Amino acid sequence: MNEIADPGSIDRPNSYIGKSVPRPNVKKLVEGRGQYVDDIVLPRMVHVALVRSSLAHARITGIDGADALDVPGVLAVFTGGDLAAHCAPWVGVLAHLKGMKSAPQRPLPIDRATWVGEALAAVVAETRAIAEDGAARVRVSYETLPAAVDMGTALEAGTAIIHPELGDNLCFERVNETGNVEQAFAAAHKVVEATFHTARHTGVTLEPRSILADYNRASGKLTVYHSTQAPHMMQGVFAKHLGLPEGDVRVICADVGGSYGIKVHVYPDEVAVAAIAKIMGRPVKFIADRLESFSSDIHARDHRIKGRMAVDANGRITAIDIDDLTGIGPYSVYPRTSAVEGNQVVSLVGGPYDFANYHAKTAVVFQNKTPTSQYRAVGHPIATAITEGLVDLAAEAVGLDPVEFRRRNLMADGTYPRTSAAGLKFEGLSHIASLDKLLAMMDYAALRSEQERLRGEGIHRGIGLAAFIELTNPSPFMYGIGGARISAQDGCTVRIDPDGSVVAATGVTEQGQGTEAIMRQIVAEGVGVPIEQVRVVTGDTLTTPYGGGTWACRGTGIGGEAALQSAIAVKGAVLAIAGAMLQAQPETLDLTNGEIVERGTGRARMPLAELARIVYFRGDTLPADLPRELIQTRHFITKQYPFAFTNGIQASYLELDVETGLVKLLKHWCVEDCGRVINPLLVDEQVRGGIVQGIGAALYEECPYSSDGQVLVGSMADYLVPMAAEMPDIEVGHVETPTRESLLGAKGAGEAGTAGAPAAIMNAINDALRPLRAKVLAQPFTPERILAALGKV
Amino acid sequence: MKAPPLSYVRAATLSEAFQLWRDAGPDARLLAGGQSLLATLAFRLSDPGTLVDIVRLHELRGISQVGGTTIRVGALATHAELGRHDLIRRHLPLIAEAVPLIAHAAVRNRGTIGGSLAFADPAAELPACCVALDAMIVARNAADERRIPAAQFFTGLYATALRPYELIAAVEFPIAKPGERTAVLELARRSGDYAMAGVAAKTRLAGATLIEPQLVFFGVGDRPVVAERAMATISGQQALPATIAAAQAALAADLDPPADRHGSGRTKRHFARVLLARALARLAGLDEARAA
Amino acid sequence: MSAEIAITLTVNGERVARRVEARRHLVDFLRLDLGLMGSHTGCEHGFCGACTVRVNGAIVRGCLVLAASLDGAQVETIEGVSDSGEIRDLQDAFIARNAAQCGYCTPGMLLTAADLLKHNPAPTRAQIREHLSGNYCRCTGYHAIVDAVAAVAAKRNGRATP
Repeated sequence: MNEIADPGSIDRPNSYIGKSVPRPNVKKLVEGRGQYVDDIVLPRMVHVALVRSSLAHARITGIDGADALDVPGVLAVFTGGDLAAHCAPWVGVLAHLKGMKSAPQRPLPIDRATWVGEALAAVVAETRAIAEDGAARVRVSYETLPAAVDMGTALEAGTAIIHPELGDNLCFERVNETGNVEQAFAAAHKVVEATFHTARHTGVTLEPRSILADYNRASGKLTVYHSTQAPHMMQGVFAKHLGLPEGDVRVICADVGGSYGIKVHVYPDEVAVAAIAKIMGRPVKFIADRLESFSSDIHARDHRIKGRMAVDANGRITAIDIDDLTGIGPYSVYPRTSAVEGNQVVSLVGGPYDFANYHAKTAVVFQNKTPTSQYRAVGHPIATAITEGLVDLAAEAVGLDPVEFRRRNLMADGTYPRTSAAGLKFEGLSHIASLDKLLAMMDYAALRSEQERLRGEGIHRGIGLAAFIELTNPSPFMYGIGGARISAQDGCTVRIDPDGSVVAATGVTEQGQGTEAIMRQIVAEGVGVPIEQVRVVTGDTLTTPYGGGTWACRGTGIGGEAALQSAIAVKGAVLAIAGAMLQAQPETLDLTNGEIVERGTGRARMPLAELARIVYFRGDTLPADLPRELIQTRHFITKQYPFAFTNGIQASYLELDVETGLVKLLKHWCVEDCGRVINPLLVDEQVRGGIVQGIGAALYEECPYSSDGQVLVGSMADYLVPMAAEMPDIEVGHVETPTRESLLGAKGAGEAGTAGAPAAIMNAINDALRPLRAKVLAQPFTPERILAALGKV
Repeated sequence: MKAPPLSYVRAATLSEAFQLWRDAGPDARLLAGGQSLLATLAFRLSDPGTLVDIVRLHELRGISQVGGTTIRVGALATHAELGRHDLIRRHLPLIAEAVPLIAHAAVRNRGTIGGSLAFADPAAELPACCVALDAMIVARNAADERRIPAAQFFTGLYATALRPYELIAAVEFPIAKPGERTAVLELARRSGDYAMAGVAAKTRLAGATLIEPQLVFFGVGDRPVVAERAMATISGQQALPATIAAAQAALAADLDPPADRHGSGRTKRHFARVLLARALARLAGLDEARAA
Repeated sequence: MSAEIAITLTVNGERVARRVEARRHLVDFLRLDLGLMGSHTGCEHGFCGACTVRVNGAIVRGCLVLAASLDGAQVETIEGVSDSGEIRDLQDAFIARNAAQCGYCTPGMLLTAADLLKHNPAPTRAQIREHLSGNYCRCTGYHAIVDAVAAVAAKRNGRATP
């Protein structure tokens, strides 16, 4: 075992793991010299604008592009029929989600529009502006069909069945059951119940979805510059559906302007762009504009959840029962599907707590609305809001402080490994240590007395807690076993160049979260070179090991372990060569800060650059049979646990204006345990960014629809995102419980913030409202909803 | 989205502007700061054909005192200029207070008072402030100039009393009289957003008595709404709880807010009642008394 | 087709003369006509701040200014202020504090932060948040950005980082 395994000693020589090292790739970004897809300009490049459906459900009786073609600079108009011969349809289902169904989807539909904003035709022109001029002149003839808009009636007779061949509007249903819930409720000291709503919202990546596809007819190769989280997956998708050998497709993903799950999906309009590039044999660019983003980026979290909790006389939870309903859009999104969010909810509810009886049901129904799919912290914020909302209700019902109630019910530290009532396997969590740390950070007792004092002055403050678990480091149990070509494994190739510098190519990608910095730290320490000598390559299917990319918080835990093992392997190769050159046993040597040194004394024996020079240019001087592989590749996949769960707890402190319903966030805290922290600076900012995304869901973000399926947000004037003025300072603390599945010991950290924040905000608002006998359970908690709860409007 | 195809002409003088405008026809739009116009063009909601750029017209610039009673603000004064100009800060504290509520710094650097008034967004701050301050809108066409009281200038949703080929040249404000107090308050979910509801308020105080109070609400109707009945209720009264409650009740007849994305008409009326009480507290100095 | 207008202006200290489509906004002009890709389009309707640049010394929304209207103007972009070194300390602070993640908002955020410190050299955290409140960042949650700006203000004023 390598000395890296000891997380306690970050001041080892040549150590970077555990230190706050700035990101090497940020300097170009702060100078405006990054390269996002829209920054790439290719010879003969043309631009696409899309004609989108203005109706929720309609038969397309005709698409007339003649007027568009009259616009000077417009080159072509493509309909679904035009692309059908060039692109095979797909169905977004996973085999392990039993009974799941969906309908075949094409890049552009042939005869039916199924949501407002669905791309129906593509106009290709010399500039985006001209393409839009053309799109404005394409005439689509519709025959309106009845739309299924309300998820509450999606399964009722009389509601239009979106895909008649499927028989009904049910995409997926699952019941997750343990113990005897009915008995537990019958025997309960107290039962609390509530219905929660989470609002359909979306990701609003600042860089919109972006793709530039370039097909070279002579070479038969398709090169796609894509703002994506999963270049290798997209390589496979483009190859399969455009009928190309996988090796003839290269996906390049340079800088990405935010993704958060939005950019891990297959979007029909993007596949259409690749198909058009293949047909036209030239580079075709599509950059979604903000207006179309709101109806064509995936939505998420459209759930109505009935929940109840049984508690005994000692304030111990005995049972949780939930009934989740979610509406997903007319198609399940390919290839991750739109059922995973509901599936996560029934797995994650009650996650932090020690109780025996569990019943959770989800029904996932089709709707004529924008498709929903995985968005940062998939299902977690929903499950956490239900759980923590019920926990606070239960604490109140049994007369316990929310902290004391949690202390009695959270899974005790030191009781792992164990399996939860929902069937989740936990290797090691730290709920109680995290709670204690949080209480100390926020000075809970002082806040409670401040709250009490201010209530006397008519100032209504609230404190809300939210414990959570987070699913990270997924194995093939997430997608692979369901038949999706989504890699849970990842790889890293580390090589030493003649000047002694190191190049690491990894299958995980950089979306701004700091992947390249993390890999650089791990590889520098693993090989034994100064960090400045390591360059990291990501986001190119031709030059990086095949891997899954960025999703489900796997970059550091999976990709990082591959990088570490590959770095250690390279170091081993170096020391073997050094041993031969220095006539020493390799075990007596070490590589530190780019020098071959004597292990123990640290006496310098030879610079790595000198060794590399000899290997590359004077190999004749080395023993003939000496292996000299200064490049090593290792892969990593988790095997013992389907997922590496993390845990944590958040707290919100806020002030409620009971006259206006406006909420002022005063402070937010989070303690989270993501195992080994590789770079505290990056982890903290992942947590903070995630929290603010969760606050957005709690207070602002919503994609409301009219009863006929028109989406009622069209711009950033209507769709409110969190901005700097209203956001609180956020304090982050850590407990470290490394996973033993890897040498590195890292789990994921990117979704913890989003998982817990909405519940913490909800509980804090309800804490402020409690003396006024009001509560709110439907996100977002708008001034009007709060005033309605107070009976003022 | 990109703007639809456009023509663009730039006027060097006011008379040239009117000529260019006539040449371009009645659908053409004047381009001043462009902070609302260019956003609406990006939605392709209108297709004006031609934009006549008036932003360089010296005739429409400048902030100056006219005689002892009036501040004249050229239509092209930007929000940022208003916010930092000494005459505004000294004599029109209501305007100075309103400026930071308008959008964000980068928008305030381009957006103009003339543009804001001509666009006539019912949720905007400056139209309501102009009404509260009894401002005169100086309207010009190629031949004439006329003055329109702000209270008569806003005629409906995004609609004004401007006639075809007539523009706003300036706004004339009466200088605040001794003892005059003003306040602008709004409820917005995020800083810089258009308000869910707001009020621009003015009064003189004789001791604790409110003299000729003005309460002009924004974001609760199709234009700035003068709360006549509420004003009548408090006029000549002290801002005592019973008076405030009576004024809040009177708002029911003053306002009939349409629902919008922030809430129902009922919710918006509630916001207005809260704002009324807070504005009166400010005007009467009650909040200062409490703070002390 | 949109009419074309001849303009001559100064961009990052260089004189440029171009014919531009009347409808082309400043960000597209910088990106498409001049190849200056540092200013980003995030919404194109004035809400996100990603396109913030300076015109005649004042920050503006690049998507809400027509290039055609800028004859004779002085325009400065992130590339210009990077090369001049004017905001080096802010950029260093953003790097050190990890106040930029995906980087898409960063050029606009930096120019807005520089504008704040020009007008208010010693802002409070609340004032920093208020001034940056027209610039959307989805990655950071803003805290690190506020830290970075506060640190630069303190350093410029000769104080220790708060």
